[in-house]
Amino acid sequence: MTEKSETEKNENEKKMSTKERMAIVRAQMPERDATERSHTFEEVNLGLTEEMAIREAMRCLKCKNRQCVAGCPVGVSIPEFVAALASRNILDAVKILRADTALPAVCGRVCPQESQCEAKCVRAVKSKSVAIGYLERFVADWAMSHPQECDEAEEMRKVTSTNKSVAIVGCGPAGLTAAGELARLGHQVTIFEALHDTGGVLRYGIPEFRLPKTIIDQEVAHLASLGVKIECNVIIGKTLTLDELRQEFNAVFIANGAGLPMMLNIPGENLKGVYSANEFLTRVNLMGAGQRADSMTPVIKGDRVAVIGAGNTAMDCVRTARRLGATRAMIIYRRTEAEMPARKEEIQHAKDEGIEFVFLTAPLEVVGNSEKWATALRCQKMMLGEPDASGRRKPIAIADALEDLAVDVVINALGTRANPLLTQTAPTLKLNQWGNVVVDEKTTETSIKGVFAGGDIVRGGATVILAMGDGKKAARAIHEYLSTS
Amino acid sequence: MFEVLSNEVLAPDLHRLVVKAPRVARARKAGQFVIVRADIGDERIPLTIGDADSEAGTISLFIQAIGASTRKLVGIAPGGHIRDVAGPLGMATHLEKWGRAVCIGGGVGTAVLYPLVKALEKTGNEITTIIGGRSASYVILQNELKVLSKNLFVTTDDGSLGEKGLVTQVLARLLSDPEQRPHVVFAVGPGPMMKAVAEMTRAEKIPTMVSLNPIMIDGTGMCGGCRVDVGGEVKFACVDGPEFDGHLVDFDLLRDRLGTYREQEQAQNHVQEQAKCKIGRGLA
Repeated sequence: MTEKSETEKNENEKKMSTKERMAIVRAQMPERDATERSHTFEEVNLGLTEEMAIREAMRCLKCKNRQCVAGCPVGVSIPEFVAALASRNILDAVKILRADTALPAVCGRVCPQESQCEAKCVRAVKSKSVAIGYLERFVADWAMSHPQECDEAEEMRKVTSTNKSVAIVGCGPAGLTAAGELARLGHQVTIFEALHDTGGVLRYGIPEFRLPKTIIDQEVAHLASLGVKIECNVIIGKTLTLDELRQEFNAVFIANGAGLPMMLNIPGENLKGVYSANEFLTRVNLMGAGQRADSMTPVIKGDRVAVIGAGNTAMDCVRTARRLGATRAMIIYRRTEAEMPARKEEIQHAKDEGIEFVFLTAPLEVVGNSEKWATALRCQKMMLGEPDASGRRKPIAIADALEDLAVDVVINALGTRANPLLTQTAPTLKLNQWGNVVVDEKTTETSIKGVFAGGDIVRGGATVILAMGDGKKAARAIHEYLSTS
Repeated sequence: MFEVLSNEVLAPDLHRLVVKAPRVARARKAGQFVIVRADIGDERIPLTIGDADSEAGTISLFIQAIGASTRKLVGIAPGGHIRDVAGPLGMATHLEKWGRAVCIGGGVGTAVLYPLVKALEKTGNEITTIIGGRSASYVILQNELKVLSKNLFVTTDDGSLGEKGLVTQVLARLLSDPEQRPHVVFAVGPGPMMKAVAEMTRAEKIPTMVSLNPIMIDGTGMCGGCRVDVGGEVKFACVDGPEFDGHLVDFDLLRDRLGTYREQEQAQNHVQEQAKCKIGRGLA
C-alpha cells in the first residue's frame, strides 16, 4: 500500500457520517466448527480478519463522554485505539493499547466485555455494541505477528532506570499487569512464581481452547523485553519470606492468587474420580494431561462427567471433559440458566459442543463402588422460590424428589478459599475473617508499609480483568510510594 | 535448572541425589518436602528433603524409581540438571523433648524418617530406631541412623539382615517393656505399616506421628488432590501436613486414593518396557 492511498483511506474513514457508521452490522466472531472442536483443544474463536476488524472499528461513534473507558477495570483508551484501527493505523492502535494494558491478547479473549466496556457502549442502545473485545484481540494478535515494527515503537519510549526495585509475588494477571506498568516507569521488577511456569491462573486455569498457551508465552516474553525478571519455583512464605523480600526490595506487591479449593462437604467427595476444578484443570492445562503427547501426568477421562457449579470455571471444566472424550458432559446447577454466573458466550459455546445442562439440581452425595470409584451423583431436585438477598430466586428442595445420575468423574467447581502459604509466615500482615489480605481500597497498600496487594488474594475469587485492574492501581500507588520515599 | 552434584545407589531402585538448591537448603526444616520435575512434560513429584547443607547450598533427595518420571530422575548423572525444584513445602515437624522416641521406618520410608530422627535427637530425645525392608539390600541408612540412635533394630521379611519379620514385632516388645516404653512414636513407611503401628499405640495412648505420601500436583494447597481424612476432617497433606496424628488418619482412604492412577501407570510402564525390548532387539 502506498503512502497516498493510506492517507486517502484514513481521510475517507474520518469523513464517514454517523448514519454510515450506524449502518454497519456488528462483526461475527469466526469460530471453529462445534463438532470438530469438541474433540480438540484448538482455539474456538478464530479472530477477525483485518478487513472485518477495520470495518467493525468504523462502527464506533467516537462519543465524547467515553462511557466504554469507564466500564473497563484497567481504563484502556478504547475510543482512541479503535479510531486508530478504523483509520488503518494498526501500529498506532498497538501503541495506545500497550500503553494501557500489559495483557491485551489475554483480555481480548477472556474479559467479560459484555458486562463491562461493551455494556456501556452507546451503540448497544439501538442495536449492538461495538465488539471492543474482538478488536482488542485483533490489535494484540497483530502486534504479535509484527514483532519487529512493534518492538521498534516500544524502543522509542524506553525509560531511564529509577534504581528502585519491586518484588511481585505471583505471575498471574495482577502480577503481570503491575510488572508491565512498573517496568515502563523505570523500576526494576522481579516476579516470584510458585509454579514451574508463568501466567498463574491464565496457564493452569484457563484451557487452551479459550486462551492458547502461546499467547501467554508471547505476552510474558514482551514483559521480559521490558526488563521484567521472572523467577519460577519460588514460593513466598516458604522459599523466601515476605520479610526477606522487604529487605531486598524497595516495595512488594502480593498477587499470589486464590488458593485452596472449596470442598463440597457431601459424603463420597474423597472417592476416586472426584476432582476439584483446580486439580482437573491443572492436570490438563499446566501439566498437559490428556492433551499433549509428551505429558507424563495422568488424568481420569470419564465417559460421563458431572461438573458442579455454573461459573466460568465450571464451563472450562465441562468443555475440557468433553474434549477428553466424555459422551455425557454435564453441568449440575441448583438454579436455572438465567442465574448462571458464567459468560453468555461460554454458555453458548458449551451448548454448541453438546454439553448437557442439568438445572434445578443440587448434589447430595457421591456414590461409589466397592473399589472406591465414583459411580453416581445423588441429587436433590429443586424449584425456584422467592428472590433472596442477592435478588436471585432462591432454589428450594422439592420433597422426595431425588435422582441418581450415573457418572465416572465428578468435578467440583464451587470456588476457592484464600491461600495461606504467604500469610501464615507474615504475622503482621492484616487479614480479614476469610484470610484475605486487607488493603486500602484507593492505594492497595496493606497494613505493612511498602507492601501492596491485589487480585484474588484480596478479592477472594474474581475475574482476570479485576485482578489486572488491581495490578494497575497498585503499580500507580507503588510508583507514587517509590517517588516520595 | 538445579544441578545434580552426586547420584548414589542406596538400594535396588533407590537413589540419593545431592542437588544444588541454595534457597531451599537455607529455608528448609525437618519434615518438609520439595516438588521436583525432571524436565518439560514430566510429572511434578513430591520428595522429602532428606538432608540439607545450607552453607554448601545443597539438599539431598531420596528417590525410589517406581514410575517413568522417577526413573528419569534417578537417571540424571552428576553434572546433569533437574529442571524444577520448588520448596521447602509442608509444615515442619513439631519438635518437643518428649523423652524416649521410637522412630520406625519401612522401606523407602526410612529416607523420610532420617531427617526426623536427626531433628528429634538434636532436640534432646533418646532415640530408638526400627527399620525394616524386604531383604538386606532394601535396608537403607543403617549407619547414619545408628550414630543418632541409642538402640537400632533391623528387620527383614526374609531374615537376610537383622531379625526376620516386621518392624511392628520389635515395637510390640518395646511397648511391653516399661523400661523402653516410648513417650512418642514416629512412623514412616507403607500405609499398612503405619496403620499397624498406630493401632498398637492407640490403646497405650502414646502420641504417634505418621508422614503421609498422597498424590500431589502443585504442593501449595491449590489442587486438593492430596486430601486426607484426619479425625473426620479433610486436610491437605501439602499445606497441613505431611505429618499427622496417626491415631486420627484414615489409612484406608489414603490407600484407595493412592491407587487412582494405577491402571494408567501400569499401561505407561508396559509401553516403556515394550519400547525397551525393541531397542534391545535392534542392538542385538
